[in-house]
Amino acid sequence: MTDLLTSPWPWYVAGPIIGLTVPLVYLYAGRKWGVSSTFRDVCAATLPGRSEYLRYSWRTLGGWRLTMAAGLVLGGFLAGVTRASDVAISSATVADLSALGITDFSGLVPAELFSWGALATPAGLVLIVGGGFLVGFGTRYANGCTSGHAISGLASLRLTSLVAVIGFFVGGLVSTWILLPLLLGGGAS
Amino acid sequence: MTPVDTVLDQDSATPMATKPERLWPYLLLGVVLGVVFTRAEVVSWFRIQEMFRFQSFHMYGIIGSAVAVGALGVQIIKRLGLRSVTHQPIQLPTETFRAPGWQYWIGGTSFGLGWGLLGACPGPIYVLFGNGVTVMAVAFLSALAGVWSYAALRDRLPHS
Repeated sequence: MTDLLTSPWPWYVAGPIIGLTVPLVYLYAGRKWGVSSTFRDVCAATLPGRSEYLRYSWRTLGGWRLTMAAGLVLGGFLAGVTRASDVAISSATVADLSALGITDFSGLVPAELFSWGALATPAGLVLIVGGGFLVGFGTRYANGCTSGHAISGLASLRLTSLVAVIGFFVGGLVSTWILLPLLLGGGAS
Repeated sequence: MTPVDTVLDQDSATPMATKPERLWPYLLLGVVLGVVFTRAEVVSWFRIQEMFRFQSFHMYGIIGSAVAVGALGVQIIKRLGLRSVTHQPIQLPTETFRAPGWQYWIGGTSFGLGWGLLGACPGPIYVLFGNGVTVMAVAFLSALAGVWSYAALRDRLPHS
């Protein structure tokens, strides 16, 4: 039991739990599970401006998912304090990323690229600020993210979700194979 | 063009005049998912890189089995005509065929570009912040800026 709580979980444990969320949230309150709408809720709550898109009753429509987002932060915190995660990725990936100049493979993310110090480097800035912007813009344009489209949408066999997920992968492959080598340039940032 | 889901969203404004909704189950759900996302390492930039380099089955196994289990659940709800325990209508997507418009192609690809760079989609942004990767707050604010930009440009972007 302690082992299950502290060691990395295999895909066949994590995947079904994540998948169960979809029917569970439907059966609890009839809602379609998705996370990225919380970004829209926060915008609607803070600075809706004159945009019709951001003027809606975010409390009623978004209260549940904003609460879930708070739970995600809390869950991440609890998982983080109970065990420091070092991610055992494949040696091929380690070799590829080393060739891009990454040396620190400890933790969940490379500190060289995702830390407050990294924000001052050109690569870190583009990855954090540029990546974040595209994630926010893209989810709202496509009306869903990995949870809403890849999990909820595909689970409901929606064609629009399939197209969105194809887009997710096209974009991700371009970032991985073209943008990252350009940004990191093979040298340490 | 108004994206269909947005319209659905507005329609589903559940009348809650009587008493405030019970929210703690969603907090609990978030905590469970936060722990699962961390323990299964889906919040890791390294894992996302491994996925986009096709060097491990891990992420594909997670997404694939999640979709399979989710689809099974949705089919059971549909076939048995199950009702929600809080008596709210179940908002299953309607099956009317519609060719996916530009919003899914361009929006999806924009999201993917960001996902590949940041190595985190919306759920993991929250979870990583909780894990102590506090610089994700900047990614979060940046994502909000992305949403604002979309809201401002919405009328001029191709959707269908």
